[in-house]
Amino acid sequence: MEILVCVKRVPDTSENEIDINSDGNDIERDDLVYSVNEWDNYAVEEAIQIVDKVGGSVTVVTVGDDESEEVLRREMAMGANNGLLLTDDAFEGSDGKGIATILKGAVEKGNYDLIMTGAQADDGAAQVGGMLAAMMDYPYASLVNLIETGDGKLKVGREIEGGNQEMNEIELPCVLSIQTGINEPRYVGIRGIRKVASVEIPELGVADLGLDAGAIGAGAAKVKRLDYFVPDTGEGAEMLTGSTEEIIAKLVEYLKAKGGLK
Amino acid sequence: MAEIFAYIKHANGVADDSALELIVAAKKIAPDASVTAVVTGTGADLDTICNEMATVYNAVWKIDNAALAYPNAEVIRKALVNILPGDSIVLLPHDTFGMDLGPGLSIKMDSTFAADIVDIEGVDGGTLKIVRQEFSGMASAHVTCDIAGGAVLNIRPGVFQADENKYGGDVVDKSGDAGDLSTKRTFLEVVEAEAGDVDITKSEILVSVGRGIEDEDNVEIVFDLAKAMGADVACSRPIVDAKWLEKSRQVGTSGQTVKPKVYLAMGISGSFQHLGGIKGNPFIVAVNKNMKAPIFQVADVGIEADILEFIPELTEAIEGL
Ligand SMILES: Cc1cc2nc3c(=O)[nH]c(=O)nc-3n(C[C@H](O)[C@H](O)[C@H](O)COP(=O)(O)OP(=O)(O)OC[C@H]3O[C@@H](n4cnc5c(N)ncnc54)[C@H](O)[C@@H]3O)c2cc1C
Ligand SMILES: Cc1cc2nc3c(=O)[nH]c(=O)nc-3n(C[C@H](O)[C@H](O)[C@H](O)COP(=O)(O)OP(=O)(O)OC[C@H]3O[C@@H](n4cnc5c(N)ncnc54)[C@H](O)[C@@H]3O)c2cc1C
Repeated sequence: MEILVCVKRVPDTSENEIDINSDGNDIERDDLVYSVNEWDNYAVEEAIQIVDKVGGSVTVVTVGDDESEEVLRREMAMGANNGLLLTDDAFEGSDGKGIATILKGAVEKGNYDLIMTGAQADDGAAQVGGMLAAMMDYPYASLVNLIETGDGKLKVGREIEGGNQEMNEIELPCVLSIQTGINEPRYVGIRGIRKVASVEIPELGVADLGLDAGAIGAGAAKVKRLDYFVPDTGEGAEMLTGSTEEIIAKLVEYLKAKGGLK
Repeated sequence: MAEIFAYIKHANGVADDSALELIVAAKKIAPDASVTAVVTGTGADLDTICNEMATVYNAVWKIDNAALAYPNAEVIRKALVNILPGDSIVLLPHDTFGMDLGPGLSIKMDSTFAADIVDIEGVDGGTLKIVRQEFSGMASAHVTCDIAGGAVLNIRPGVFQADENKYGGDVVDKSGDAGDLSTKRTFLEVVEAEAGDVDITKSEILVSVGRGIEDEDNVEIVFDLAKAMGADVACSRPIVDAKWLEKSRQVGTSGQTVKPKVYLAMGISGSFQHLGGIKGNPFIVAVNKNMKAPIFQVADVGIEADILEFIPELTEAIEGL
């Protein structure tokens, strides 16, 4: 099975405090720690496990800039066979549809049976996989937490509300968005990344992908971010302050009053 | 202004909470717009929902087809593309169903897609101004959407509170326009979640632990605290994904819905999927080392601290009472 996995480089929200810059048009990116979008690691792990079982290869692809290459190398250190970096100044300012259009260019240059994305990325949009599938006229299933391979088709479980699982049969080629928890992504050490440090990663731009420049980038974006702001969220929590002993004493009083101690 | 439609999710003859929230969102786009509920399914349950929605929405479009008995987003997408006007504005809940349907629907309708909308500021010409949250809720953004050619708008569940307004309208049967509904994805069955050894849905006091616990070995201190308090241990999703605790302890939209009196959120950021599982307005205490964590916006009492240090000290203090 030839598998393409889409991965995105994102600021690691568990490692960073996110601050809005003084112009309000972006977050402060200078000291941010970036990593692979959490969901995408599960997708790559799943792809590797499928190929281990039925043969084939795993290609990882990202739309980004030079710095995005590091996330491709990380996923190749996990075991992905090939990397593809889609980069071009014309890609800048693309909305979700623009990103899906660019990825479609890469899909059409290959011969993939299965395309995977993460269920969602840092914007929480959960949009790229479903858009790509519709553009390709491939069937789509989102929030997949189980995959069983079959002949020309897959049996997939989708996570739905309440922890229940919706089982579907889906024909290949198809696009699946992968939910966390489907597997346990393998650990990647520095040594693993060093091993793939010199592997050639092709860079493809607008012309290589046969894209219409008018369909991508800021010009084509119908969804545009105006600014970032700090919402007025009302009072919020009463913050307990003081020494740890004082905080704990106040908290224990609250817990007693609210029925939080038995 | 194009027509506004809201897709009504329902199961077993009961409409989802989003059914009454989407019309509130739609009226924020345009207060005077006529908003049509689109209800798909088959049989008596479908009629029940259609009649119920006809008391609230300005109109109801009913699509009855055996292929729509289970809400398979791929089948529904085909029906909607065949039936809705090309420049429609379609509202969906941003949940496991809306995530499955919305993005692809927008491509097939050749319209604009906006996901996880938490507020709507209004329309200016063909431009809709909305609010979204990014980076796990740590930053909010104003976003504009060009909706002149139609749009699919996924609305975050729970943010537009259902109101008392009842517009009322007729049920129009559109089943004849559904067209070819064959798809390459077939629904097989729903597998119900397994029950665990504790039932946190019945707990009065919950100590809930999130990714801030950092390591499996640290989970023990949470059980110690819960024992001292007479509480049960719950958790956020990453703890279950890492297999540190069983799935039956997960609070949230894809886990359990809990109704405790007191809820301690330890190292939990406060995603809407997590908060969606906390009902009954409990007294929420949040302990987090990041002042920007969105959990502090919903908690009653907040403490900025490292839970790895704070939890053992709290346990000791309670044991000493
Ligand atoms: C400086 C800057 C300006 C931006 N301007 C705009 C703007 O004007 N309008 C706007 O709508 N958005 C804008 N964006 C957001 C950007 O276009 C998003 O990458 C896009 O919306 C898709 O990401 P998502 O988080 O929505 O993906 P989701 O749909 O939530 O992600 C799901 C999955 O899709 C795949 N995927 C997502 N992005 C990529 C990628 N880049 N490469 C490979 N796979 C990917 C991954 O598998 C991911 O797990 C901007 C971003 C930046 C950094
Ligand atoms: C369809 C779907 C369904 C989902 N369903 C659920 C669900 O049912 N339940 C659920 O919980 N999630 C669910 N999620 C995931 C959800 O979006 C979040 O990713 C998740 O809730 C985050 O869990 P968290 O708060 O533990 O982790 P994070 O968001 O990583 O937050 C960890 C927090 O701990 C703090 N922290 C770190 N170290 C320390 C320390 N030493 N001391 C104190 N604080 C510390 C950090 O500041 C941060 O605020 C779902 C997602 C999707 C897409």
